[in-house]
Amino acid sequence: MIRLFANADYDFIKWRRWAYGLTAAIIIPGFALFLVHGLNYSIEFTGGTLIQVQTAQSVGAERIRGALDAAGIRDAEIQQFGGPNEYVIRARIGTAGTTAEGTTEATAAAVDSALTHSLGPAPTAFTIVRTEAVGPKVGRELQSKAFLAIFFSFIVTLVYLAFRFEWRFGLAAVLATFHDILTTIAFIRYLDLEVSLVVVGAVLTMVGYSLNDTIIIFDRVRENLRKFRRQNLYEILNLSINETLPRSVLTHGTTMATTIALVLLAGEVLRPFALVMTFAIFTGTFSSIYIAAPLLMYIEKRWPGQDARGARIFRHGGAEPVSPPPSPSSPTAPSGTSGGGSRSKAAV
Amino acid sequence: MFRTIRSRLLAVGILLALSIWALIPTNVTQRVRDPATGRMKDTTVRRVPINLGLDLQGGIHLALEVDQSKGPVPDCADAIQRAARVVRTRIDEFGTTEPVVQIQGRCRLIVELAGEKDPARAKGIIQRTAFLEFRITDMQNKFRDALPEIDKALRLAGVKPAGQAGAAATVTQLFGKDTTKAKAKTPKGKPAPKDTSEANAPGALSSLLFQGQLPGEYLVPEENVPVAESLLARPEVQRLVPRGIELKWGTEVLSRAGRSYRTLYAVEDRPIITGEELQDAKALRDPLTNQSVVTFTLSRRGGRIFERETGRHVNDYMAIILDGRVVGQPPVIKSQIGQRGQIELGAKPLQDAQDLALVLKAGALPAPLTIIEERTIGPSLGQDSIKDGIHAGVVGVGLVILIMVGYYRLSGALAVAALGLYVVFTLAGLAGFGFTLTLPGLAGLVLSVGIAVDANVLIFERIREELQHDKLVRTAVDEGFKHAMSAIVDSNVSTALTAFILYLVGTGPVQGFAITLIIGIAASMITAIFVVRTFYMIWLDRRPDMVTLSV
Repeated sequence: MIRLFANADYDFIKWRRWAYGLTAAIIIPGFALFLVHGLNYSIEFTGGTLIQVQTAQSVGAERIRGALDAAGIRDAEIQQFGGPNEYVIRARIGTAGTTAEGTTEATAAAVDSALTHSLGPAPTAFTIVRTEAVGPKVGRELQSKAFLAIFFSFIVTLVYLAFRFEWRFGLAAVLATFHDILTTIAFIRYLDLEVSLVVVGAVLTMVGYSLNDTIIIFDRVRENLRKFRRQNLYEILNLSINETLPRSVLTHGTTMATTIALVLLAGEVLRPFALVMTFAIFTGTFSSIYIAAPLLMYIEKRWPGQDARGARIFRHGGAEPVSPPPSPSSPTAPSGTSGGGSRSKAAV
Repeated sequence: MFRTIRSRLLAVGILLALSIWALIPTNVTQRVRDPATGRMKDTTVRRVPINLGLDLQGGIHLALEVDQSKGPVPDCADAIQRAARVVRTRIDEFGTTEPVVQIQGRCRLIVELAGEKDPARAKGIIQRTAFLEFRITDMQNKFRDALPEIDKALRLAGVKPAGQAGAAATVTQLFGKDTTKAKAKTPKGKPAPKDTSEANAPGALSSLLFQGQLPGEYLVPEENVPVAESLLARPEVQRLVPRGIELKWGTEVLSRAGRSYRTLYAVEDRPIITGEELQDAKALRDPLTNQSVVTFTLSRRGGRIFERETGRHVNDYMAIILDGRVVGQPPVIKSQIGQRGQIELGAKPLQDAQDLALVLKAGALPAPLTIIEERTIGPSLGQDSIKDGIHAGVVGVGLVILIMVGYYRLSGALAVAALGLYVVFTLAGLAGFGFTLTLPGLAGLVLSVGIAVDANVLIFERIREELQHDKLVRTAVDEGFKHAMSAIVDSNVSTALTAFILYLVGTGPVQGFAITLIIGIAASMITAIFVVRTFYMIWLDRRPDMVTLSV
């Protein structure tokens, strides 16, 4: 029988300041880039025209650019997409100010004729396999919709967790998830991925996944808080993270297997989605352990709950846990089982 | 409930049977282009009833709004309804199997044409201005009287009666059936019973037509419509259609005695009035007679013309023709009508009256549409996406199976078996509720397989913990399931909530993704908790003395 991280006993919470530093090192430069350059929004959001062409021979992006320049389409960006003879031509509204409202349609036609001029007639020399022409109004609507979706998912989660756990847990989970959104935006910025509707979908799935992960740990915390009356929150959090560690490793393994398969095999259109999902699994796991749990402790300290166990550790000097671990032979814990009975939780 | 293995197996069996039932190929009505005539017709195809999104099968997605650039349109909701009505009448002109025309929000029209290859043509059809006209039907039955001549010409041209041999059998069969069942309609060919052509062989064209309820109305069995269309298009037939008469198909499909028929009208070639002269139309229910009524108002000039024309045609039938198609059944002109008239629809529902009013208004007030969003996906791209998606799915699922069986051994194998059920349930859910599988949906499906095992991982880890505390196998399994439950429920519900919001706020492909995710979550809860538990019960039942559990 293979057992990974069985009876693990790592002091995760101790490393929280390092974790904050690491995550800040990812978020701050990424965000600075984001503020300077913004994100590479797809034409769904900006409005504009996207044309994907497949050429008979590999002609090179330069040739296509030349064809478009000759036809007076100067603000288009051309990108190789997947295979060597597939290209995506993007003309965004507002990039150079020439593509105005109502002419997104005309751009598509102009590109078609420019390519015919330069490469030859349509079905033999090249084929247009995908066209998207989006007016600016639709783009603006989508932007606000994406924002609304993320906002409402936070509200709903807060309410649900407040109802199922208590508001402190909900707040910690939502803040950790907010952190995930920040790191994901930084990630998207670093790789300069195109932000399409599907990528926004990936970010929202990430929100769900990260919450899911945090909740698994918090569920254990809730259970252990009932079980071990004498321990402070620091110990309970560490215990809970360690107990759920095998599950975390396994589930992230299986999920990662599917997202990596998607990155490598599912084609160019889905690749940004798959990349974001792969990163989301990292950041979701990281934040559940290193952000959500310490945040819960912090929130408990600031606004202590009924038994104020979060505050206890601070009363007794610093971040070191003080109360003794439960005796190894305590199988008669209230719930009838004792997940952590055999573990030593002495501080290092 | 579900205490015994038997009842659990029964429940799983029922679910599985339902899922397979939802997934077996069924007859789906599709519109396809007839290779012989180039026209669109209904056919039935057997296929697995999962709808593929445009991004997977290729096609065009268009979002249109009323063009307000040349001055504001006061009531855009009304304008978009007229536009939708017009596009629906033109549905046959698209080269697509299942066109979708729907109004989104108040003022936006969505047209989705799966499989359409020529975007320019499709856009032309949608944006063309509607043309409405009123024409008197063939009151003297000139067309009917010309039928023997037409049949003769067709026979000379070498067209076998009723065309193909296969079709002939169904036609003659129908022929008899219709005379007995609907006496009001004498089959065509009979109105001149002493006609020579009728006795020995039915005419090529006349055998396809049945006399309708009013002069100039004919019914054509749905399956014969393409044949009739191709015959009518022949030059020798065109030449023999009486002067001053034109043939126009109706929009409606009538169902008589279990058969569906299309209407064909012989109408005068000169309209008595066109949509230009129409100013407004309203549907209402007459409070006295409780009849559905459409009232319409004409311009002053139109009123004068209409008064003169209707005066000459009292007791004649007037076909309402939108874009060359006769809408509804032509009403009879009861008396001279001036600037204001009304069309009585009798006991028909108000809905029908509203639809007719929309047709009249569509002809009167054309709504110029601008395309605000267009997506065209080539069919090859869609196929590539499916192929790649399936490829990635197979590899991803393979890895998941490897991890689960490698790590949890026999229990992992149980989870994998449940995973098989999970995929079947999810696909059945998509098919059963008629949702559309999109490219992001496909990604969601692959991703959800990875997430689906999470519930099992939680349970197995719990069981391991319990076993570590020297619990009996049976107790450990029970406790494992019990304690993992709250984590599974809370985490899945919160994910489902985010997916639900994604569905509410998102559009098109994103909604497809959200739906796949929600169905996936539901299916994974069922399989991971219920099915795997059942497997364990069977296993423990067979081996009651089991000391070590392969987990």
